[in-house]
Amino acid sequence: MNKFTLHTGVAAPMDRANIDTDMIIPKQFLKSIKRSGFGKNLFDELRYLDEGQPDQECTGRPLNEDFVLNQSRYQGASVLFARENFGCGSSREHAPWALEDFGIRSVIAPSFAEIFYNNCFKNGLLPIVLSEEQVDQLFTEVQANEGYELTVNLEEQVVVTPSGERIAFEIDDFRKHCLLNGLDDIGLTLQHADDIRAYEAKRQAEAPWLFGAIK
Amino acid sequence: MAGQTLYDKLFDAHLVRTNDDGSSLIYIDRQVLHEVTSPQAFEGLRIAGRQPWRIDANIATPDHNVPTTERSGGVEQIVDPVSKIQVKTLDDNCDEFGILEFKMNDQRQGIVHVMAPEQGAILPGVTAVCGDSHTATLGALGALAHGVGTSEVEHVLATQCLITKKMKNMLVRVDGELGLGVTPKDVVLHVIGVIGTAGGTGYAIEFGGDVFRNMSMEGRMTVCNMAIEAGARVGLVSVDQITVDYVEGRSFAPQGAQWELAVEAWKDLVSDADAEFDETVVINGADIDPQVTWGTSPEMVVSVNDQVPNPANETDQVKIDGINRALEYMGLNADQKITDIKLDRVFIGSCTNSRIEDLRDAAKVVEGRKVADNIIQALVVPGSGLVKEQAEKEGLDKIFVEAGLEWREPGCSMCLAMNPDKLGNGEHCASTSNRNFEGRQGFGGRTHLVSPAMAAAAAVSGNFVDVRELIK
Repeated sequence: MNKFTLHTGVAAPMDRANIDTDMIIPKQFLKSIKRSGFGKNLFDELRYLDEGQPDQECTGRPLNEDFVLNQSRYQGASVLFARENFGCGSSREHAPWALEDFGIRSVIAPSFAEIFYNNCFKNGLLPIVLSEEQVDQLFTEVQANEGYELTVNLEEQVVVTPSGERIAFEIDDFRKHCLLNGLDDIGLTLQHADDIRAYEAKRQAEAPWLFGAIK
Repeated sequence: MAGQTLYDKLFDAHLVRTNDDGSSLIYIDRQVLHEVTSPQAFEGLRIAGRQPWRIDANIATPDHNVPTTERSGGVEQIVDPVSKIQVKTLDDNCDEFGILEFKMNDQRQGIVHVMAPEQGAILPGVTAVCGDSHTATLGALGALAHGVGTSEVEHVLATQCLITKKMKNMLVRVDGELGLGVTPKDVVLHVIGVIGTAGGTGYAIEFGGDVFRNMSMEGRMTVCNMAIEAGARVGLVSVDQITVDYVEGRSFAPQGAQWELAVEAWKDLVSDADAEFDETVVINGADIDPQVTWGTSPEMVVSVNDQVPNPANETDQVKIDGINRALEYMGLNADQKITDIKLDRVFIGSCTNSRIEDLRDAAKVVEGRKVADNIIQALVVPGSGLVKEQAEKEGLDKIFVEAGLEWREPGCSMCLAMNPDKLGNGEHCASTSNRNFEGRQGFGGRTHLVSPAMAAAAAVSGNFVDVRELIK
């Protein structure tokens, strides 16, 4: 898994609540059996004026100039600001894959949908929850200042604005540890294989009907 | 000490270990796999040189991409080359690892969340995951079921465990009785309208009260299915005789002496009378009318006899912006009557509403009537081959076809338009599915979520009507 330690990049404001996974990556692009290549179709229906097709070359497609990520001042954005309940909807990991492939490293919002939030950490993408007031402040600042860059420091659990203001955020110790070190969850869990086997033996004794039935 | 909730009991019974950082490793009894979210997980196993921990904990079927039109030619007949690759990849992966799969033209194939309980693959008291957020459906059996992402699909394949954190407990209690023509779908849409699309985030929601105690398993599945639309990964209903009766005799359910043992063990799968919930929402069943969503989030829902909301009545700017954006996308005006919304298509199906009871409800309404002239297409897509077979035994297919609806092969279909069933740009659809997000049912498509009975009423009327007027 990709590490996340310290990142500085252009921030872009996406001023809406309930941005759902179908919006992040529309369903026609989910048919790939790979994990990469979803970035060009990130926010496809908002980003382009035509209806996107899978495997289509996107460079010549008509752009929606109003869409935030198409505006010249936000080119190369790697930090996204959004409103509440970002990532609601499907459990598809294609949503964080698309954000990551596009170049987004961190999303900052007042709240996230749980499955999406969880999926981000598996892909080196850092979702940060700040209060509504703090997110409001970031929206105001980024809209007022072209070239606004934000620094995200995971080790110290702060985001640093261009003026040097440090805003602290909370994160689970386990998730932080995995992300800082790029650790593989499966490898970590398999260190406890003996515990899993012991549990499994107990489970089989208590609920034997759950073993060997599906074949 | 206060008693335990059903969620607490299920969680504790599956706890393998608690890590120092507060996260927990829980054992997963069942994983259900489909073609969209599993290929990268199998690929991950191969790259790491890992084998599945326990083959007999898994069951698979393709559902999202399968065509619902005539498909006797099998996978090779799938026109969309990318869909074909995904379905084929599932077949190949299941063959390679020895996982039981009901392939596209197997009678037992169906939407994962319809197929798995129908087969008895999901039983009371189990933990289950699937790479699909509507896995919450399975909580209707008193099972702890999580939707997970692909990395977690791979994690469960490789370790039979999930790293998780205990959720909070919410009780949604619906007391009393439902009125005539008011269905489980209306109940859950109403609940989402009350608590909001993020109201359940961080919670496992248990649905309790007389309305759920008297509800069939099919209805309970419809309700738990949409827990995720209220933000909750997990929906649950305590086990009772209705649960036990539903499970008895299914293919992978215990039999003989084991059945007796299992039923005895399942008796404890209820929230204790003195269990404490972190949050309780109480609704009177008699207050619920047939529901229709007007916007682009499931919480944007009103009763059929209401009007589209007016942003002028709101004070919160983010909410006002949300309503305005939804009105524009949906092509509706503030204060417009719901019954004035003209429809173009009707979709009866999806993991929310494609079970036999749903089809019976819809057939009852369309029987002896005809699809309205302005409806371009009205689809009925059963949730599995076995649901289809049962419906045909009861003659429901003939009722639908006679009325002018199309009778299809099982799959996810127009719920998310990954197969050829989709809405045209700007078209309004009365849909029994679960998400009305922008573009979900097709580019520019406008989805209104309703019950099967309400969708059927819309099909024969051409616009929304209160189904109670048709079934008096």
